[in-house]
Amino acid sequence: MEVQHVNVKFFAADSRALDLAGFIGIFNEWIRERVGGELLVDVADYRHVSAGPGVMLIGHQANYSMDETGDRLGLLYNRKAPMNGDTGRRLAQAVRSALTACRRLEQEPLLDGRLKFIGSEFEMLLNDRLLAPNTEETFAAFEPDLRTLCSRLYPSAVYTVQQNTDLRERFGVRVKAVGSFTALDLLRNLES
Amino acid sequence: MKASNQFWRERLLEEMPADLAREIDIYEMELELRRLGKIDEKVLAETRLRRGVYGQRYDNGQRWDGEATRQLQYPSAALTKGPSTLWDAPGMQRIKIPFGGLNVRQLEVLADLAEEYSDGIAHVTTRQDFQLHFIHIDDTPSLMRRLAASGITTREACGNTVRNVTACPYSGVCPDEVFDVTPYARACARFLLGHPDCQDFGRKFKAAFSGCKSHGCGLVNLHDLGAIAVTRTGNGKEQRGFEFYVGGGLGSVPHQAKLFDPFLPEEELLPTAQAISRVFARLGEKKNRNRARLKFLVSDLGVEEFRKIVLQERATLAHDSRWTAFLKDLAAHAETALKPAAALPPAFRGAASPPGFDRWLKTNVFSQKQPGYAVATVTLPLGDITSVQLRKLADIARRFVKDTIRTTVEQNIVLRWVSEGDLPELYGALASIGLGQPGAGTIVDITACPGTDTCKLGIASSRGLAAELRTRLAEQSHQMDQAVQNMHIKVSGCFNACGQHHIADLGFYGVSRHVASYTVPHFQVVLGGRWTDNAGSYGLAMGAVPSKRIPEAVLRITGRYVADRRKDESFQDFLQRLGKAEIKKLLQDLVSVPSHDVDPSFYADWGDTRVFTLGDLGAGECAGEVVSRVEFELTAAERQVFESQVLLDEGEFQKAGETACASMVQAAGALVKIFLPDIAGDADKILGEFRTRFYDTELFFDPYAGGKFAQYLFRAQQRAAGPYSAEVAHRRIEEAQLFVEAAYSCYGRLQAKRMLPLDSGSAPATAASPETA
Ligand code: HEM
Ligand code: SF4
Repeated sequence: MEVQHVNVKFFAADSRALDLAGFIGIFNEWIRERVGGELLVDVADYRHVSAGPGVMLIGHQANYSMDETGDRLGLLYNRKAPMNGDTGRRLAQAVRSALTACRRLEQEPLLDGRLKFIGSEFEMLLNDRLLAPNTEETFAAFEPDLRTLCSRLYPSAVYTVQQNTDLRERFGVRVKAVGSFTALDLLRNLES
Repeated sequence: MKASNQFWRERLLEEMPADLAREIDIYEMELELRRLGKIDEKVLAETRLRRGVYGQRYDNGQRWDGEATRQLQYPSAALTKGPSTLWDAPGMQRIKIPFGGLNVRQLEVLADLAEEYSDGIAHVTTRQDFQLHFIHIDDTPSLMRRLAASGITTREACGNTVRNVTACPYSGVCPDEVFDVTPYARACARFLLGHPDCQDFGRKFKAAFSGCKSHGCGLVNLHDLGAIAVTRTGNGKEQRGFEFYVGGGLGSVPHQAKLFDPFLPEEELLPTAQAISRVFARLGEKKNRNRARLKFLVSDLGVEEFRKIVLQERATLAHDSRWTAFLKDLAAHAETALKPAAALPPAFRGAASPPGFDRWLKTNVFSQKQPGYAVATVTLPLGDITSVQLRKLADIARRFVKDTIRTTVEQNIVLRWVSEGDLPELYGALASIGLGQPGAGTIVDITACPGTDTCKLGIASSRGLAAELRTRLAEQSHQMDQAVQNMHIKVSGCFNACGQHHIADLGFYGVSRHVASYTVPHFQVVLGGRWTDNAGSYGLAMGAVPSKRIPEAVLRITGRYVADRRKDESFQDFLQRLGKAEIKKLLQDLVSVPSHDVDPSFYADWGDTRVFTLGDLGAGECAGEVVSRVEFELTAAERQVFESQVLLDEGEFQKAGETACASMVQAAGALVKIFLPDIAGDADKILGEFRTRFYDTELFFDPYAGGKFAQYLFRAQQRAAGPYSAEVAHRRIEEAQLFVEAAYSCYGRLQAKRMLPLDSGSAPATAASPETA
C-alpha cells in the first residue's frame, strides 16, 4: 500500500481562552516570514461553519489549520504533495511538520502562552480513499509503521491505537498514550 | 497532485456513463498536451473553463503579504494553464447541478471530494451549483471521474457556454405554482448540454425556470432565457406553456429581461431555445466581451426584431425528436415521499417545543401543496458546508426523505417531502450537526459571491462582510421588526454582481477609495432591488461607505425604515418616498474614513489583517477568451494525433492508424465548418466539401508545398481501414501531424485575409457587431 497524503492533528489543551480570529494574522505572518521552508500561499477563514476547518493556512505542499472538526480544536497538518522515502519516513515527516507548527504556535507572542497542545494523543488519517480505503487490510498494512513511529514518540509509554469506525470516513487512527507529553517532548523524542 | 490520480480511471470505468468517461479522457489528454507545450495556453484556458475549472486569486504567482507583493515560487513555475495563470496555483472547480437537484449519494461524493481535493468545504453558489476551492489542476480529471460515476458532469459549468439551468427549489411542491417546471428544466439542461449550436458563443448564457410569476424563486428576469409556467385553455383542454423572456442579466450593466412570448407552448420550448442559441452564436458580439451577453444583442436589435430573426431561424431547424420526447413521460421523474403524510403534533407547537424549534419552524419550513408534507431549509452560512456535515446530511436525508434534495439560489439546501410529523426530529438531527440555524430567507440569510477570498476580480471582501453582518444581525434578529426580518441582503465583491446585489433590498458591491496614501475597502450601497416578482426590479446605488462601517449603515437604514414607515409600506416604496437625497444624508457621516493613525482597522478588509491593496487583482476568468469553434476542433484534431502516437507506442497499430486518419478528417471538417456550420460528421461528405472548397480553390495550398498535405488526406482516406503495420501507422501519424499543421496555417491565412464568414466565430471584419449594426 502506498501511504501518501498523511494528515495529523494534535489537540489544543484548552480552547476556551482562544479567539480563532487571531490565527488569521498569525498565519499571514507565517506567509510573510516564509516559515518552515514550504510554499505558503493564502489564509482561508471558515470560522462561520460549525465544527469545520476553522482558520486555514493554504500551502502548496501542505495545509495547516486550527481545525474544529469533531468540536475539538487542534492543529491539523494536511499533506497534499506526494512524499518520498519509505512509509516510516513519511509518517515521521508529517508528525514532525505538525509538531513544529504546534511548537511555533505555543511560542507565538500574540497568543501569550494561552495555547498548549496535548502530546499524549493525536489523530492520523490518510487523505486518499483509493490508496487507503478504510478497511481492516489498510490497518494491517499500516500498523507496523505506525507502531514504529509511536515507539519513537512514546519510548516507554503504553499507548492505544483505535481505527475510525465509520466506513465512509477516510482511513484514520487515534493514538492515545498513557502519561503526560508536550509537543516539545514528542519533537525531541522524534529527533533522538 | 494526488498519488492516486493514475488509478481512478480504471477503478470507475464501469460506473461512469461512457460519454462522460470519454470526455474526461479527452480533457485529461488536453492537460497532457499542454504540459508538453503542444497546445496554446489560451485554448487550454477555455477548454478547462468549459469543464468548470476556474482560476483563483493569486494564480498569477503573486500575492500581497501586507508589506510587499511576493512571488509564489511554484515548482512548475514555467508552465501555465492559461494566460498569466500558473499550473500549480490552486484553482476552483464549479460543479453543475441542474435545477439544484441532488441525491444522497451525490452529497456523499461531494463530501469525499471536498475532503480529498479541496479544503473540507463545499460551497453552494448563487446559481444552485457547488464549488470546491484550492484544487490542483492535476487532480481535476479524478475529481470529474468520481462525479461522473455519481451522475454529475461539470461540462459547461463555465466558459462561453450554456451555464447551469436553474429553477425554483420548490417546483413540484409549491402551493402557488402553475405546474412543476422541474422536467422542463431538466430537459432544457440535457438538450443544450454540449449541443453543437451552443458551442460558439461570445459569452455565457444562463437559463432559469419559475413555477409562478409573483415569487422570486426562479429569478427569471435576470436571465438570458427565462421561462415562467403558464397555462391556457384551448379546445376545452388545458395547455401548458411558458411566459418566455430573453435578454436579462446582471453584471455591471443590469438588464431586465424582455418578454419574448406571453405563451410559448411547451413543445416549442426546446426548439425556441435552440433557435435563440443559433442566433446568439451568429449575431452576438464576439470581440468586445463587455457587450457580448445576449442582453446587448436583444437591446440593440430590439425585442421585436430579435423575435423575428429567432422565429425565422426556428422555421429552418431540422426536426429533432428530443424537442418533445420528454413530454411523454413528464411524470416519470415525479418525486415521492419516504414517510406517510402526517400533521405536526400539537405538542410541538409553542412552549412545549424543543429549544429553537419554533423559530426554525417559522422561517425554515414551508408547507407543500401536498397536505402533511413540508420543505425544510438547511441554512448554510455563506453557502458553506463541511464534508462531515454533508455526509451526515446525507444520513439525515435518508432517514426522512428520498432523494428529494435541492440547492437554492440563496445558497442553502432544501429537503423536500418531509412528513410534517417528523419536523421536530428532523430539526433535532440538523441542530446536532450545526445545521439547525433559523432565519432562512430573512435578513440574516445573506448571500455573497466568493469575492476577494478566491476571486481574481474581487475588490473587497464580500464574504468577510457577509459573515460579519450575519453574526451581528443574528444576535438581534429575534427582536427585529418583522418587516426588517424579511429583507434580503446580497453582497458582491465587485461590480460584476455575481452575488446578485441588484436584486436585494440591501445590496452591496466592493469598490475602493483613496485616502492619503492608502487604498481603503468600501462597498457601494445599492438599495431597493426586488427579489419577488422573479427579481422584479433592480436597486440603485446610493454611494460608497467604508467596509468597516457597512454594519452600521445597515442598522441605520433598517432603523429608519422601522421608525418612519407607513402602515404596510414596502421598503421599496419607503425609499421612493424618502428620496435619494435624504438617504444620502442618512449615510453621510458614515462615509468619512478616520486617518490611519486614528483607526488602522479601516485600512484592512473584513477577515483579513493585511493592509488593503488592489494589487492582487488579476485578469478575471468570467469565461475564457473567445476561442472559435474552428480552433477548438483543430485542437481536437491535434489531440487525436497525439492519441494515435500513444496507441502506436502501445503496439496498437491498427487503432493508431485509424485514429490518425480520423484526426485528418476532424481537421478538414473544422475548416469546412467555416462555410457549412451544420455539416455532420460523415467523412465522405466532409472530404467532398473539403475538396471543392479548399483544394480545388487552392485555399488550402501551402505557399511552398502546394497541395501536398491535402493529398495526404485524400490518400489516407482511401486506405482508412488499413491494415496498418507499425510502419504504415507511423507514416500515417507523420502525415496527420503535417496535415493538421497545414489546417492551422490555412485557418491563419483566412483570418489574416479576413475571409471568414460571419458565423465562424472569429470576429471577421464584416461581422455585424451590435455596436456598429
Ligand atoms: C468579468 C467577469 C465576471 C462577470 C461579468 C461575472 C458575472 C456574473 C453574474 C452576473 C453572475 C450571476 C448572477 C446571475 O446571473 O444569476 C455570476 C455568477 C457567479 N459568478 Fe461571476 N462573473 C465574473 C467572474 C467571476 C469570477 C472570476 C468568479 C470567481 C471565481 C465568479 C464567481 C461567480 C459565482 C460563484 C457565481 C454564481 C454561480 C454559478 O454560476 O453557479 N465570477 N457571475
Ligand atoms: S462579483 Fe466580482 S468579486 Fe464577486 S465573484 Fe464576481 S467577479 Fe468576483
